[in-house]
Amino acid sequence: MGFFVEVLLSGLMAGVLYSLVALGFVLIFKASGVFNFAQGAMVLFAALTFVRLLDILKDTFAPITLALIITIAMMIMLAMAIERLVLRPLVNQPGISLFMATLGIAYFLDGFGQTLWGSDIYTLDIGIPKGSIFILESVFEGGVLVAKEDLVATVIAGLLVVTLAIFFQKTRIGRALRAVADDHQAAQSIGIPLNYIWVIVWTVAGLVALVAGVIWGSKLGVQFSLSLIALKALPVLILGGFESVLGAVIGGLIIGAGEKLAEIYIGPYVGGGIEYWFAYMLALGFLMFRPQGLFGEVHIDRV
Amino acid sequence: MFYREAGQFKTSYKADQAVFPIFQDKVFVAIWLLIGFVVIPMLANEYVFRAIFIPVIIMALAAIGLNLLVGYCGQVSLGSGAFMAVGAYAAYNFMIRIPDLNPLICFLLGGLSATVVGVIFGIPSLRIKGFYLAVATLALQFFTDWTFSRIDWFTNYTPSGSIAVQPVAVWGFVFDSPIRKYLLCLTVLVIFTIIAKNLVRGRIGRAWMATRDMDVAAEIIGIRPIFAKLSAFAVSSFFIGVAGALWAFVHLGSWEPLAFDINLSFSILFMVIIGGLGSIVGGMLGAAFITLLPLFLNQLPIWLGINMSTAMVSHLEYMIFGALIIFFLAVEPLGLARIWQITKEKLRLWPFPH
Repeated sequence: MGFFVEVLLSGLMAGVLYSLVALGFVLIFKASGVFNFAQGAMVLFAALTFVRLLDILKDTFAPITLALIITIAMMIMLAMAIERLVLRPLVNQPGISLFMATLGIAYFLDGFGQTLWGSDIYTLDIGIPKGSIFILESVFEGGVLVAKEDLVATVIAGLLVVTLAIFFQKTRIGRALRAVADDHQAAQSIGIPLNYIWVIVWTVAGLVALVAGVIWGSKLGVQFSLSLIALKALPVLILGGFESVLGAVIGGLIIGAGEKLAEIYIGPYVGGGIEYWFAYMLALGFLMFRPQGLFGEVHIDRV
Repeated sequence: MFYREAGQFKTSYKADQAVFPIFQDKVFVAIWLLIGFVVIPMLANEYVFRAIFIPVIIMALAAIGLNLLVGYCGQVSLGSGAFMAVGAYAAYNFMIRIPDLNPLICFLLGGLSATVVGVIFGIPSLRIKGFYLAVATLALQFFTDWTFSRIDWFTNYTPSGSIAVQPVAVWGFVFDSPIRKYLLCLTVLVIFTIIAKNLVRGRIGRAWMATRDMDVAAEIIGIRPIFAKLSAFAVSSFFIGVAGALWAFVHLGSWEPLAFDINLSFSILFMVIIGGLGSIVGGMLGAAFITLLPLFLNQLPIWLGINMSTAMVSHLEYMIFGALIIFFLAVEPLGLARIWQITKEKLRLWPFPH
């Protein structure tokens, strides 16, 4: 039983990280209807920028703060560039064209980030504690082994979700964002500047990517494979529903836990490595019963 | 073009329904075929065949297949690499397990296996729409990647997991030189293009297009969505499966599961989008563009005499490729096929546009 809980917890914590990436997708999809495949590339780009700046600035008085500020500035510039060069020319195009355009952004960012900052594996250390601890020793014999960095990641992700929720529900900009997400034309007609909202949304997605990149990067090292975690976040997305922040979080937890449990308990019988596709099959199974994801909006088709 | 279609009256239903109703178009296509089958084999050298013509032709076949699904039936699929893999591995298994089977039959059987897989994975499309479906097709992509690298039976227990095949031989005729391979691929492409062209202008193609434009309305006017969607998946995956078998046996010669990964799926989708959704010519143009662009970008620094490390070149390649994709989408969202069409219309009136 203790082992089961251990696997479950490690799965849930991996799931939190998937949710972080999925969150970026959801924000952009909600506000602009763009299925942003470049989210993974943005994670890589943000993490690379941050880790290299940290290296350059390491002799200054506050390297982490400075690197963070410059990286955030870079992400804002990136958001503005994307809005100006990609979204504006492609406005009113079918979703598939915009999706392909974000694939183009992903290619561009992968190349750009590595041209600018090099393509080695960089270790990132911003003081997240390493090592493992035992928890719940009173409940199970021998306790449950948990990695400290996973705990920190979970807390950070939780804080991020709460902050985003407050930002969306309570602030003026958040209300404008929700209005745009609801209906572009109506939002525009009451005077919400669409382009400005897009820049903000892409910036927020960029910041979420930065957080995800820093957490993943300090766990695995900053390297090209970070770009591929977007593929891990996709099943989370369809499971939770494209339009729901809550869906991204809960989807991430389900996928993370399901994946780890399946690997441990089913994997050995079919040759292992099923983590690779299990998440997709799980999401597909859910979709057969709820085609719009767990928390996605139900669309009513009219002729 | 430099002709007018004035004076060509269609006096029978047969003439009205011809694929190329205008006489000059027929001549034009005949000239293209002549160039393809006679002129190019006389002029081109081995490298050009191996690096340019053969991959472009096979990819054109795959792109036409995917275009039937995405462009005509409106079902976005990110699993084309998987269908190619199924075609390739199935053809390989038929070839080694049934002795003396004609390789061409093996290719078709590979295509049929892809069809079966395609129909099974097309079933979710009856429930799921849009991007949910696109992501769901990724399930197939990852599942096949895993299947062909983990289950040794499919690779006939080769220790490295990679497969090497002999040149294709049909009735004692060995397709070993690039020029023979080229002619084989071109013949297959021509046959499949004729099939595709006739499918999309027939009943089934109209059912697909109605489903694409609005599936609820299509259902109301009596098109069964299950038939329209699954047939699109079936035909498209057959095309892509055959293309996969050709890609593996004729172009690569030896391959491993990674040859059919998600990047291949994305490339084929790029071909369809850049070429033009819902256009057969577009599939070919897109395949040529996407296959040749990396080759071109790769050679560019050498031509310009700039010295760069290979890593740098590959990163810049990524950047330029991504930027060009965005540029093309912004300039002509309807793809190269649309540019081709505009050119034709302009030339038709030239030099007196008024």
